[in-house]
Amino acid sequence: MRTRTGIRRIDWIVWSLAAVFLAYAAVAAVPPTEAAKPTAYAEECGACHTAYPARLLRPADWAVVLATLDRHFGVDASLNDTTRAAVARQLGVDPAVASAATTKAVPRITQQGWFREEHDEISAQLLRSPAVRGAANCSACHAGADRDQFDDHSVRIPR
Amino acid sequence: MFRKALIAATVLLAAPALADTPESLMRAYAEQARTTSASYAGPSPAAGRRLFHQQPRDWSCATCHTDQPAATGRHAITGKTIAPLSPVANPNRFCDAAKVEKWFKRNCNDTLGRLCTPAEKADLIAFLLGAKGGA
Repeated sequence: MRTRTGIRRIDWIVWSLAAVFLAYAAVAAVPPTEAAKPTAYAEECGACHTAYPARLLRPADWAVVLATLDRHFGVDASLNDTTRAAVARQLGVDPAVASAATTKAVPRITQQGWFREEHDEISAQLLRSPAVRGAANCSACHAGADRDQFDDHSVRIPR
Repeated sequence: MFRKALIAATVLLAAPALADTPESLMRAYAEQARTTSASYAGPSPAAGRRLFHQQPRDWSCATCHTDQPAATGRHAITGKTIAPLSPVANPNRFCDAAKVEKWFKRNCNDTLGRLCTPAEKADLIAFLLGAKGGA
């Protein structure tokens, strides 16, 4: 009798494990873009450009960027509502504001006063060079840009 | 007991089959194409190749993904490195239906100025699956 009970207990454990695993598989089958992933900003925005640190623009400016993703500097960078809300929260923007229609011009980090001051010794020619391809390509000179490392002594100007 | 453990192990091993594959996505797009056209002949790598190089406006697929889809690309504006597009060279490609749809919407708009049809999407995947080296 004791043996039978022991077997039943092991059966129960095996089936519980199977149930837990099936639940895991069901969760894993949900497309990642549908879930509000904590890495949404780095994955979605960082796919095409440096995941610019949130502090480089004001929240109100980020809201305009997020509300105009379907015409994002000449390309379609649209996101579904769930993902856009996740990105908004990571940038410190109210998701409701980030989805409100706007006619405002899309703000550029490279046109901010602090950016121009920090880069005033960099020639337009260097910024246009094939190694850089424009001021938006932080990592051309700031190797740690994707990790938010922009300190002066780690800058390497490509020649 | 052991039989049940075996069943549990089978379930465990079968889980990755829930994920999308380039082939399953290509078949799904081809199925969609068939529902709108009875004469649809199935995915065509040659048509996919033409689509990849088609450039009615500023950009083609090759502008960023290079003319070798198995090679590393570079974003035309930002200069950001783009991992190879061909699933032959990059196993992370075409294994998430929602992600694939997101990029088809964006990039068809950016290159063709319109959305791609299901037949075009199936053609493109067929082309990329055969893109080992140059294209």
